Amino acid sequence: MASSISTDGRGLALYRAMVRIRAFENAAEAASQGGVSAYGQQAAGSAKVRGPLHLSTGQEAVPAGVCAHLRTSDYLTSTHRGHGHTLAKGADLVRMMCELFGKATGFNGGKGGSMHIADFSVGMLGANGVVAAGLPIAVGAAHAQKILQKKGDITVCFFGDGAINRGPFLEALNWARVYGLPVLFVCEDNRWSATTASGPMTAGDGASARAGAMDIAATQVDGNDVFAVHESAARLVAEVRGGGGPRLLHALTYRVKGHVSVDLAAYRDPAELAAALETDPIARARGALLAQGLDAATLDDIENAARDEVDAALAVADAAPWPEPGDAFTDVQTTGAGQWL
Amino acid sequence: MKELSYSEAAVLAVEREMQADARVVVLGEDVGRGGIFGQYKGLQQAFGADRVIDTPISEAAIMGAGVGMALAGLRPVVEMRVVDFALCGMDELVNQAAKNRFMFGGQGRVPLVARMPGGIWDASAAQHSQSLEAWFAHLPGVVVVSPATPQDNYSLLRAALQCGDPVVYIEHKTLWGFRGEVDEDLAVPLGKARRVREGNALTLVSWSRQMQACATACDTLAAEGIAVDLIDLRTLWPWDRETVLASCARTQRLLVVHEAVQVAGFGAEIAASAAEATGCRVARLGAPRIPVGYAPVLEAQSRVGTDAIAAAARRLLG
Ligand SMILES: Cc1ncc(C[n+]2csc(CCOP(=O)(O)OP(=O)(O)O)c2C)c(N)n1
Repeated sequence: MASSISTDGRGLALYRAMVRIRAFENAAEAASQGGVSAYGQQAAGSAKVRGPLHLSTGQEAVPAGVCAHLRTSDYLTSTHRGHGHTLAKGADLVRMMCELFGKATGFNGGKGGSMHIADFSVGMLGANGVVAAGLPIAVGAAHAQKILQKKGDITVCFFGDGAINRGPFLEALNWARVYGLPVLFVCEDNRWSATTASGPMTAGDGASARAGAMDIAATQVDGNDVFAVHESAARLVAEVRGGGGPRLLHALTYRVKGHVSVDLAAYRDPAELAAALETDPIARARGALLAQGLDAATLDDIENAARDEVDAALAVADAAPWPEPGDAFTDVQTTGAGQWL
Repeated sequence: MKELSYSEAAVLAVEREMQADARVVVLGEDVGRGGIFGQYKGLQQAFGADRVIDTPISEAAIMGAGVGMALAGLRPVVEMRVVDFALCGMDELVNQAAKNRFMFGGQGRVPLVARMPGGIWDASAAQHSQSLEAWFAHLPGVVVVSPATPQDNYSLLRAALQCGDPVVYIEHKTLWGFRGEVDEDLAVPLGKARRVREGNALTLVSWSRQMQACATACDTLAAEGIAVDLIDLRTLWPWDRETVLASCARTQRLLVVHEAVQVAGFGAEIAASAAEATGCRVARLGAPRIPVGYAPVLEAQSRVGTDAIAAAARRLLG
């Protein structure tokens, strides 16, 4: 499997997708130093990314492997940890950085920031600040695809392992199965929920077991092996596209950083992190591609290009204008908007 | 003109909008059989189970799926059964539907109508009798509608489905059988109040079923020579400041009456606005801050009756 992928160019595309996400998030992390934490600090004036920044470092193989199979007309819903999903779905990296900086040129005009990153023009319907909230929305989008007979279009819904303990997860999976909707649920099981390990908080065997209870076929995959994710997703996306109803991909991965960028994750056993780092998805893919005969310079070029792209984005975001104060009053609602402040 | 019940008027409104716009769909529990108040009667037979969708008992998913459907190009009518159960879909309404357009910088629109019958439902106790409209009026991003008559239920439901914003649509749980003339061609804009009676002694503002108690109280007061300017607000957000404040400026006295708990109710908003803008004397009358009880004698404690309204009016004049 890995061999065919690496020789026909898809391997490089997956590698590039992961490397761009990593480069984007590394830069955003640096730009967030001094920004707000989950623990009530105020943002320092020096912070360029002022709000909470949830990094998906170490999880890049999941969005890269899944979104490689998606079209622009497919929909995607995401979580608070949504940069990777958004980039992999094809959103413009520069406008994303502008949004993280809160600038007028960001996708949301500075009204959303990292936690609400979105690009509706590529079907990415938004990152969400409420755990599990994306699931019913995804199911509704998929239901609309069915009603509007957008045959072959699907909706992909990313969520974390913590989300499966909220009611909307149960409601959405049941709904998707009852109506046979074209939706692929993707659980990014990174083992942590904020500062609490998910395992001890979850009864039973997690996302795939719960899907099984609702007669939704689920596949577990090593979420740090981009080729394995790519292969599993290929099969599941084809089944969903073909009208087979919902499927669930349970990707086992690891949250390398703290819950938010300024969280040092001191509550975590360093040995656990050290072990996880040995399975870093980018390093593994690099090793696999080299073993397939690709040369290191090609991979270095991809990494350098990603860094250059991100550096340019940082400069654009820095120079971009702030929203006008009056923009706070736009896009609230049409009926009854701005009559009384 | 034909005579219709409040619920038949609602059916007709949804039917007309479904005929006019293929994007309009209905989703909720028991809607296929017409809804528990008959407010969807015959619609599934007419439009099919794909457009009038029976759902599991999953209020969060009904509301959340409505958001997703709206983002993907449909115009869903989301049925919550009663406002009390809409609370199970509160994140989906408050954090998702109401915030989507703003939070994503105008990329998304959520044109859904969330129907959530409100108010005291006889002998139905604390979890089936609430009046929570003030909560929603407090929420930037939504429109809040509360019709009192069959005509308004017809016209305002159509307006809600056409307006393109998320709408919280609160019908009263005990108005369903109330009959009245309905002009199918009459359009009622959102945000426009209805003057029910004219008078110079006092401005009385209310909405939903409480309009009936207010009308009876006005009869009593008229017999005493007190001519009341009675206004049915109809839409709580946006509310018709112009009509209400013009009346208050004329009468210099305002009484707001609602079925909801008086504390932190929407009456406070209207009273404060009127006092600020016109300097008129204000009073408000709502239920005590107690859950609605089951036994008739307990339930009665939460009811704002005709006598109390008339007495409050006299106090304001005295
Ligand atoms: C309904 C809700 N409860 C709590 C939170 C606070 N919170 C934000 S992220 C998070 C952990 C989520 O864990 P998981 O779903 O596994 O995603 P991960 O952060 O690991 O990617 C929590 C508790 C929230 N945003 N929403």
